[in-house]
Amino acid sequence: MNKENTPLLEMRNIKKDFFGNQVLSDINLTLGEGEVIGLVGENGAGKSTLMRILFGADMIRETGGYGGDVILNGEVQNFNSPFDAIEAGIGMVHQEFSLIPGFSTTENILLNREPKKKNLISEIFGDRMNTLNRGEMEKKAAEAIELMGVNIDPKMVISDMPVGHKQFTEIARELSKEQLKLLILDEPTAVLTEKEAESLLAAIRGMAERGIAIIFITHRLQEILSVCDRVVVMRDGYIVNETPAKESSVEQITKWMVGRDVKNAAASSKIRNYDNAPTILSIEKLWVDMPGETVRNVSLEVKEGEILGIGGLAGQGKLGIPNGIMGLYQAGGKVTFEGREIPLNSPRSCLDASFAFVSEDRRGVGLLLDESLEWNIAFPAMQIQNKFLKNYLGGLIKWRDEKAIKEVTDQYIEELAIKCTSSKQKAKELSGGNQQKVCLAKAFALSPRLLFVSEPTRGIDVGAKALVLEALKKFNRENGVTIVIVSSELEELRQSCDRIAIVSGGKIAGVLPASSSVEDLGMLMLSQVV
Amino acid sequence: MSKNTGTKTMQKGKVGAFLRRGSVPLMFIVICAFCIPMAGLSPSYLINEIVTRMGRNAFLILSLLIPIMAGMGLNFGMTLGAMAGEIGLILVSDWQIVGIPGMVLAMIISVPISILLGLFCGKILNMAKGREMITSYIISYFINGVYQLVVLYLMGSIIPIKHTSIKLPRGYGIRNTVSLLDMRQKLDNLIPLTIGGVKIPVMTFIIIGLLCLVIIWFRRTKLGQDMRAVGQDMDVARDAGINVERTRILSIIISTVLAGIGMVIYLQNMGNIATYSSHSQIGMFCIAALLVGGASVDKASIGNVFLGVILFHLMFIVAPRAGAAITGDSMIGEYFRVFVSYAVITVALVMYETNKRKAKSMESEQLKQAQLEEESK
Amino acid sequence: MNDKENTKKEKGWFGKLVASFGLPRLIITLFLILLLVLAPFVGADLPTQISNIIARFSWNGVLVLAMVPMVHSGCGLNFGLPLGIISGLLGATLSIEFGFTGPLSFVMAILIATPFALVLGTVYGWLLNKIKGGEMMIATYVGFSSVSLMCMMWLILPYKSPNMVWGLSGKGLRTTISLEGYYNEVLANILRIRIGNLDIPVGTLLFFAVLALAIWAFLHTKTGTAMTAVGSNPTFARAAGINVNKMRLLSVVMSTWLAAVGILVYEQGFGFVQLYMAPFYMALPAVSAILIGGATVNKATIMNVIIGTILFQGIVTMTPTVMNNMIHMDMSEVIRIIVSNGMILYALTRKTEVAK
Repeated sequence: MNKENTPLLEMRNIKKDFFGNQVLSDINLTLGEGEVIGLVGENGAGKSTLMRILFGADMIRETGGYGGDVILNGEVQNFNSPFDAIEAGIGMVHQEFSLIPGFSTTENILLNREPKKKNLISEIFGDRMNTLNRGEMEKKAAEAIELMGVNIDPKMVISDMPVGHKQFTEIARELSKEQLKLLILDEPTAVLTEKEAESLLAAIRGMAERGIAIIFITHRLQEILSVCDRVVVMRDGYIVNETPAKESSVEQITKWMVGRDVKNAAASSKIRNYDNAPTILSIEKLWVDMPGETVRNVSLEVKEGEILGIGGLAGQGKLGIPNGIMGLYQAGGKVTFEGREIPLNSPRSCLDASFAFVSEDRRGVGLLLDESLEWNIAFPAMQIQNKFLKNYLGGLIKWRDEKAIKEVTDQYIEELAIKCTSSKQKAKELSGGNQQKVCLAKAFALSPRLLFVSEPTRGIDVGAKALVLEALKKFNRENGVTIVIVSSELEELRQSCDRIAIVSGGKIAGVLPASSSVEDLGMLMLSQVV
Repeated sequence: MSKNTGTKTMQKGKVGAFLRRGSVPLMFIVICAFCIPMAGLSPSYLINEIVTRMGRNAFLILSLLIPIMAGMGLNFGMTLGAMAGEIGLILVSDWQIVGIPGMVLAMIISVPISILLGLFCGKILNMAKGREMITSYIISYFINGVYQLVVLYLMGSIIPIKHTSIKLPRGYGIRNTVSLLDMRQKLDNLIPLTIGGVKIPVMTFIIIGLLCLVIIWFRRTKLGQDMRAVGQDMDVARDAGINVERTRILSIIISTVLAGIGMVIYLQNMGNIATYSSHSQIGMFCIAALLVGGASVDKASIGNVFLGVILFHLMFIVAPRAGAAITGDSMIGEYFRVFVSYAVITVALVMYETNKRKAKSMESEQLKQAQLEEESK
Repeated sequence: MNDKENTKKEKGWFGKLVASFGLPRLIITLFLILLLVLAPFVGADLPTQISNIIARFSWNGVLVLAMVPMVHSGCGLNFGLPLGIISGLLGATLSIEFGFTGPLSFVMAILIATPFALVLGTVYGWLLNKIKGGEMMIATYVGFSSVSLMCMMWLILPYKSPNMVWGLSGKGLRTTISLEGYYNEVLANILRIRIGNLDIPVGTLLFFAVLALAIWAFLHTKTGTAMTAVGSNPTFARAAGINVNKMRLLSVVMSTWLAAVGILVYEQGFGFVQLYMAPFYMALPAVSAILIGGATVNKATIMNVIIGTILFQGIVTMTPTVMNNMIHMDMSEVIRIIVSNGMILYALTRKTEVAK
């Protein structure tokens, strides 16, 4: 679209690592005035990090800055804060709403940029005593809404609005900034109904015609094809492909997103077939109200002795499944274990049925950060199965058996190679990988029949990753424990599991053998994205 | 479909919210309606008393509104302002400046002290986000200790106090009561007016009216808007570039300064200062009155202030007499009104906390509904 | 994170001491030592002073101990202590009303107070479970409300014992009731040691020790472990199948019962039952004592109780004497207010994960 010589935005050789972990390598991206590009990639491909760099996020600077140049209108930019980026004409609509619930649309659109009237008192006490110019505010807000091309009520209070309108309010806020030249939309359609999404796409075209460049991040590939000029595909911190949207297709983009051409055959070497094995756990019509990971109507069967993987994009509900079954979030539906129905919303009954759960939220759910490793590892087994206790007075007094606790802790420290000063060390002092091993030890100590592991390798280094996965496999093989691994990393699932279920839009999109190609799994992942 | 059920629950919520909001004032109307005939006080006496107490207390209670707007809850730290006002009055009465000039000077002295105390309080509250109320409550005790140190030990020994009438016989420290006879109701009587036997403190009402106008105006300023934003969501306000910490501190400072001025008005009506106890109960009574008027921890209006003053003080006047009439012991009524003050605050706090949790459980209910609907399709 | 840890390590021994002991606690300890050193010079008798501190420790120890269960379960500092105290007062007055005398009146007071403490504690705990996150403020006001409600009750309830009711009207309890002939010093007189001016109420200390040991032991049982875990990370505990609300309720009941026993122990040392507004401000000294002992809003040990009570009571008893003798100004009350509330403020502003 843009035929001028200097593009609006140029990102040159962008590099970024988090403590030696390379997340972006050699990113080159140009964007002309009024151009719309679609940015796609799996979770963890580096999209968010790239956008954070562009938007001057604090977190980038706090982790040591980035390499390469961000050039806006031919000038190299060095944003010290998002406010600098806004000043330079970049706007961003985040996935989470940033709105004041009790304010009207107008007030939110002009939040902290309200037009003001001077008065006598403000002359003495400063600008903050200026009164708001309501008339001017309404005019400006109306202009921004007009510019967006979607009709929303400027007087409605945010908390009374449907989600879609909240999203539009955010977009209108960016549009009301006069200097706006580039708008980043991070999965804006995720919360919209079909109809709202359509009007948003129309709005994107409208804004582009007015000369605003747009970076559109989404998992709904169809939308990209219908609205974008170009598609940029990222994978593992690289831009793997860049192509005009017209010349592409959903299948092709999916392939680029998930494809690892060389390693494609590197799935798990020993995939076992459990088709004829008895069903150990059956899930029927499960719903879970886990914020950001809502599960809708999931039915799934787990076979005895297998390792089942559950994959899917972030926010699609895969994490909600184990959390809902284990009673950590409000859930409904029917869960049957070995023919017995397990009551939901009761962690205790799951644990009594010899389930165990390694949560993805290590610090929040998985660990007693302020207590010793001994406590962390022994606690559930002590409470559920009365292990590590000495009984006095005929069981009336159940005394903590410190010796037995130390023994079991030391045993797991050795078995899982947990790096620590002693079994008395506090859990918060360990590194992420070692904390994860403690969480595993805690679950192993329960000697479960069925183990849920959620994001076992999130945020831990490569060495620990392999160790954790190996430990899980060994536990499955040697003790015959059925394991359900939930993970965002397809590769990891393909290497450790026997079957993989893919969750998309809060539902099971399909169950495939782990030997299936990455493309097939990837297609499922994107199939019902909401 | 789902939208429909949504609006329905919303309506139900609104009716429920109205009932909850109205329940405390209603309860008080019932208590008063029950007690007034028992007490056997004449209507003209009651009206006189209410009008007097309105003039005495309204300004102080109004000072609570701004921190509520900024999401910092009930400002138990308003006691700090009250102490600043008392210090101003003690100094002024030692300098023997009487009448309206004395009051104005006392207010002027109280302002810088209030600002300093408010700044201190605001800074500490910023360090204790999420538990502002208990912290401001403890701050009021802490500063009360400092106040006693100043008034009981430093005044007369380091801060010069000339007149023995307010000094303790030992040579330093202030007496338990300081008389404000020369200032007594000077403001109230500045413009004398009596309607049907009811004495009206016209000037005090004018000042209170002005403060109401200022508060209404303040809500429309940029700072007022920022405070509302900060009060509702600190993170969003911060992302939008509002200096959250500073805004919160300012709201506490404004409240403290207003409380200081309000205390001077309060004491000119009383006619004397109970040096070591005037301020200690004032916070509790003001907060209770505001809540009785139908305010909650996160929402309060000027209307709540006036309704609260009327209902709370009506109860205050009639309860001891009614108690005496029923049991023959006047102390019962005294204790009853203290009990009611505390109980009202307790109930308001409990309702605030439980409402916070109710909002959460609504969401899962909706999801369940949505799935049921989907299945029935 | 790591950088911060490193700089902490580099601060040297003094920094380490401050970090492990807490600056305010260090200052208070040094202040108390200074007072003890100064005492003989200003003419105060050291053995008497020490006896005073020990005596006051023995009176207050159990009340401070009553903080521990609730802190362990994550309910925060028990500002609602007056509720437990009221149970104790009901026990005390009813025991006297029923005509028990001597040591038996003490035992009966505890026995009668127990059902009150259990019922009130259960209701109180149920309420605190409804308002997780706002416990401390509401606890304060629950305490206040119950005290003022009881003010009416003391007047109305049909007490008859001539030793307790107002002489003139013959009804309504007096504000202070002498325990002479009832349980005045019943614990203190057990195995009492008197050497010169040194006077140690061994019985009261033993009583405290038994209760402290019981709490310590409880925290080593399965249930006690669960309670600590609930306080440390409620989500972890819930995921491990613990009924969080039940644990919190149990801790509140325990705290309430300990407060009831605590006030009875206090009375036997003090010699009087104080009614009406007296329980009003009893929570704050106990709260600040345990904080001075090194507890935080969500961690407390028996050691914190002992150290804190000694430090707090030490300062309360020593300052008046030393100050009076030195500068002829009794500033002890003011110092007590500033120190105790300053300590609570310090604890409230510490960065701790606010339970949601």
